[in-house]
Amino acid sequence: MAMKLVVIGAGMASGRAMEHLLEANDEIYDITLFGAEPRGNYNRIMLSPVLSGEKQFEEIVTHDADWYESHGVTCRFGELVTGIDRMRKVVISEKGETPYDKLLIATGSSPFIIPVPGRDLDGVLAYRDLGDVNRMIGYAERPGAKAVVIGGGLLGLEAAAGLSMRGMEVTVVHLMGHLMERQLDASAGYLLQRELENRGIRVLCGANTKEIVGEGKVEAVHLEDGTVLAADMVVMAVGIRPNFGLAQAAGLKYNRGLLVNDEMKTDDPEVFAIGECVEHAGSCYGLVAPLYDMARVAARNMLGFHERFEPVEISTKLKVTGVDLFSAGDFAEGGGREEIVYRDATQGIYKRLVIRDNRIIGVVMYGDTSDGAWFLQKLKDKEDISEIRDVLIFGPGFAAGADADPMAAVAALPDEAEICGCNGVSKGTIIAAIEAGATSLDAVKAVTKASTSCGTCAGLTEQVVALTLGDDFVLPQAAGMCKCTDHSHDDVRRMIVAQALKSIPAVMQAMGWKSSGGCASCRPALNYYLLCAWPDDYRDHGQSRFINERVHANIQKDGTYSVVPRMWGGITTPQELRAIADAAEKFNVPTVKVTGGQRIDLLGVRKEDLPAIWSDLNDAGMVSGHAYAKGLRTVKTCVGSEHCRFGTQDSTGLGIKLEKALWGAWSPHKFKLAVSGCPRNCAEATCKDFGVVCVDSGYQLHVGGAAGMDVRQTDLLAQVETEEEAIEYCAAFYQLYRENAQYLHRPYKWIAKVGLDWVKARVVEDADSRKALADRFFHAQRIFQKDPWAARVAGTDSHEYRPLADLTQVAAE
Amino acid sequence: MTTAIDIGALEDIPRQAARLVKTHFGCIAVFRTAEDKVFALDDACPHKGGPLSNGIQHGEQVTCPLHNWVFDLNTGQAQGADEGAVRTYPVRVEAGRILLDRAALAPQVAAE
Ligand code: SRM
Ligand SMILES: Cc1cc2nc3c(=O)[nH]c(=O)nc-3n(C[C@H](O)[C@H](O)[C@H](O)COP(=O)(O)OP(=O)(O)OC[C@H]3O[C@@H](n4cnc5c(N)ncnc54)[C@H](O)[C@@H]3O)c2cc1C
Ligand code: SF4
Ligand code: FES
Repeated sequence: MAMKLVVIGAGMASGRAMEHLLEANDEIYDITLFGAEPRGNYNRIMLSPVLSGEKQFEEIVTHDADWYESHGVTCRFGELVTGIDRMRKVVISEKGETPYDKLLIATGSSPFIIPVPGRDLDGVLAYRDLGDVNRMIGYAERPGAKAVVIGGGLLGLEAAAGLSMRGMEVTVVHLMGHLMERQLDASAGYLLQRELENRGIRVLCGANTKEIVGEGKVEAVHLEDGTVLAADMVVMAVGIRPNFGLAQAAGLKYNRGLLVNDEMKTDDPEVFAIGECVEHAGSCYGLVAPLYDMARVAARNMLGFHERFEPVEISTKLKVTGVDLFSAGDFAEGGGREEIVYRDATQGIYKRLVIRDNRIIGVVMYGDTSDGAWFLQKLKDKEDISEIRDVLIFGPGFAAGADADPMAAVAALPDEAEICGCNGVSKGTIIAAIEAGATSLDAVKAVTKASTSCGTCAGLTEQVVALTLGDDFVLPQAAGMCKCTDHSHDDVRRMIVAQALKSIPAVMQAMGWKSSGGCASCRPALNYYLLCAWPDDYRDHGQSRFINERVHANIQKDGTYSVVPRMWGGITTPQELRAIADAAEKFNVPTVKVTGGQRIDLLGVRKEDLPAIWSDLNDAGMVSGHAYAKGLRTVKTCVGSEHCRFGTQDSTGLGIKLEKALWGAWSPHKFKLAVSGCPRNCAEATCKDFGVVCVDSGYQLHVGGAAGMDVRQTDLLAQVETEEEAIEYCAAFYQLYRENAQYLHRPYKWIAKVGLDWVKARVVEDADSRKALADRFFHAQRIFQKDPWAARVAGTDSHEYRPLADLTQVAAE
Repeated sequence: MTTAIDIGALEDIPRQAARLVKTHFGCIAVFRTAEDKVFALDDACPHKGGPLSNGIQHGEQVTCPLHNWVFDLNTGQAQGADEGAVRTYPVRVEAGRILLDRAALAPQVAAE
């Protein structure tokens, strides 16, 4: 007589397991199938096309009534199993007890609902089964309905795309810095976000949900940063939890999931388990490929064979029509790993291979995923790719029997082959230009316009030129920002503005960065360029800043910090001095020094004490002196007409006004000012970035001085009559420098490059241009002129100052 | 016997940042990468003791804040022309918690 097999859960894994069992032999088991959903097995992963309207539910059913009947499966759909009695070998459900000889648990997982206030309101949905899909469609049919999807992973984005196709206004709220961070790196995440935004879906990354509000039903979602999103429906798609409560109650061993061995057996030899509810060798799974393997292994073992489950690499695709992405393996960066990155900015294509020991260990692709399977196979096979490394990224077309020399690949291109996509320049056009007399890369670029737009074809253009010119070709000196890119600082700045690039990953993608995450040299520069270009939109990325600017103090050789409060124009008061003295004593500051910048430095403060000492200084009215910043440092002044017998103007007063106008701004390098009351120049204004020398008739404005590694006297920019003009000229000059100079160039270096006349034309001769520059400066100041110390006293970046854990209390082994 | 100590949640360290764990034998810097990998290294650069937790992280490397030596977070080895290594500690993330190997609490013995 046949043995009784009871299957709990009519999902994807159990459907596959039954097929394997019954195909091999339909006489051994009598199957009873329980399913909590009021329907049989269907292809859960195709719910998204049902949601978007691209498919009907009937099309995704995998097993219909005929199938169950012809295979003799007894269906108990819509019936929840509530208990398992392993002693008596019965499962318990609403309608009574059902005996078994063998049991297969395949109860899947449950959506995780984040514990925010309002999660129980009507209209808060998960995305797991057909019931959820039908509820979502119900909301989408209401005219003007708005949805907020919490979670920018695979499920959340499929829900968002589906709802948007149904006409809803959709916002995705994602906690992490970029979408699908578990499958994609930041570059691909950026491309995906851009695509979704083009479809009208709003995407908020780095956004934390605070609560869902409404009277009985959802009305809005409040984020931690104060944003309020109106909503009629909220879809929570933040993750899943293995669903094994039933097995747990039955006393089976579990950890994060129900524990199974390689044969898919639980610790009870009569009970098998497969699917998302199980944990195997420390892993739980959320994609079907491994679950199908589990189903096969379980079925084979139930039939008396001995088969083992071996996890293989799995790949992911997002099922949103028109979005092509693919990821597999381990794509983190790291030591001992190399990467090959291919980007085509105009086509929106990004491909990245991560290689270790000449083997592919990770793949991320966006825009063109046609070679995904080919790469995945090499990854699974651990194939040695060293022979085809140079052309590997171009896929099977190139690599099959390929000549390892990339030059040979270029040589093999036909004359019609397009080299520069932006400007439509073919290989033939470039060769023709060379034959007509262009004998250098620059000349070819000038005549043909090849690689003068997005620049991603620079390498190819160079190779065509090199091939054609042969030995006459000398590769131009690379003037790239760093080893991550061949683009110059200037090109990068221009592209940021021209293409409205607003994040570090966006720049890296659009400009074809060769590394996936930049380095310690380009990241601070990019962070600054973006901050300067988009004061309203760009969010400062602290982790791309040098430590001093990240924690708003100067690091010392012993890892302590120095603290320099602002002393406006070098003026202080007894109260300020007293507060400084008190702070120095309270925090055991080892050295108190008067700096060369007319203020006081407290050296040797412990990092953990920084917020507390700032708090005390804030209380006495003092703010950060930015002694650490690529930004305004000091404004030195002399005593001027108030006291000095030679003083012509109130140099101290003007210095204070300038400092109050300029403090807090970020710039390519530090920026120092001085104001002297007469040409005796006691404040040393003629060796500052911007110096003012007061004279009887007004103010001489000097620029481009230095007294550090280079010593340089300033040049006269202009002479003006009023303080207001002096301040406007100064702001305009600073802004011109901020917008144009290369990161880490002081103004004198920048002026040497662009010429003083160019600066004068914009700051002195053209009043409209000066005004526009000053306006842009003061607009940015409205955003940046905030005391960073006060913000940190209030809690910003508190992780910087507190240890994660203190184990000095824990006994050593 | 527990071999690992729960030192906090993954979310307590922002991406590309590092935080300290104090022990009787000095501070350990715990790094979280942009891709959520976690590494634990002594917080002292073999060059002149620079606090590596304060460096800029890029990929699975960190640049020392004092004189720009670059270290591989996996091995603790200095990269490029610089020579030296920082001690690393086994650390892993489970269910969102960071677990540091108890070895971190033992005094460092001379390398075998
Ligand atoms: C504290 C101070 C020295 C002092 O005790 O007087 C000082 C201290 C430092 N200077 Fe300076 N400079 C100080 C006034 C100056 C001056 C004089 C001035 O501003 O009138 C100069 C020459 C003028 C100039 O800048 O042209 C000066 C030219 C430099 C340079 C060379 C800059 C250059 O472009 O050539 C550096 C290196 C750099 O910035 O890359 C530097 C860098 C530094 C750093 C930040 C080095 C570092 O990166 O760690 C020092 C921080 C020490 C610390 O641990 O806190 N410091 N430094 C002065 C702070 C002034 C203030 O109140 O903010
Ligand atoms: C919208 C969506 C899109 C997806 N897209 C993809 C994709 O593109 N690629 C991919 O690989 N994966 C995708 N997945 C994941 C994939 O669907 C799951 O990995 C797979 O369905 C898990 O199979 P399972 O059999 O373990 O669980 P399920 O398919 O969830 O089946 C479990 C069944 O058990 C039932 N059940 C639970 N407890 C009981 C009980 N006590 N009594 C009776 N019945 C019970 C449940 O109601 C459920 O029907 C997607 C998932 C969703 C929701
Ligand atoms: S030198 Fe000029 S500015 Fe300096 S104190 Fe004397 S008068 Fe005043
Ligand atoms: S102390 Fe780290 S590089 Fe010098």
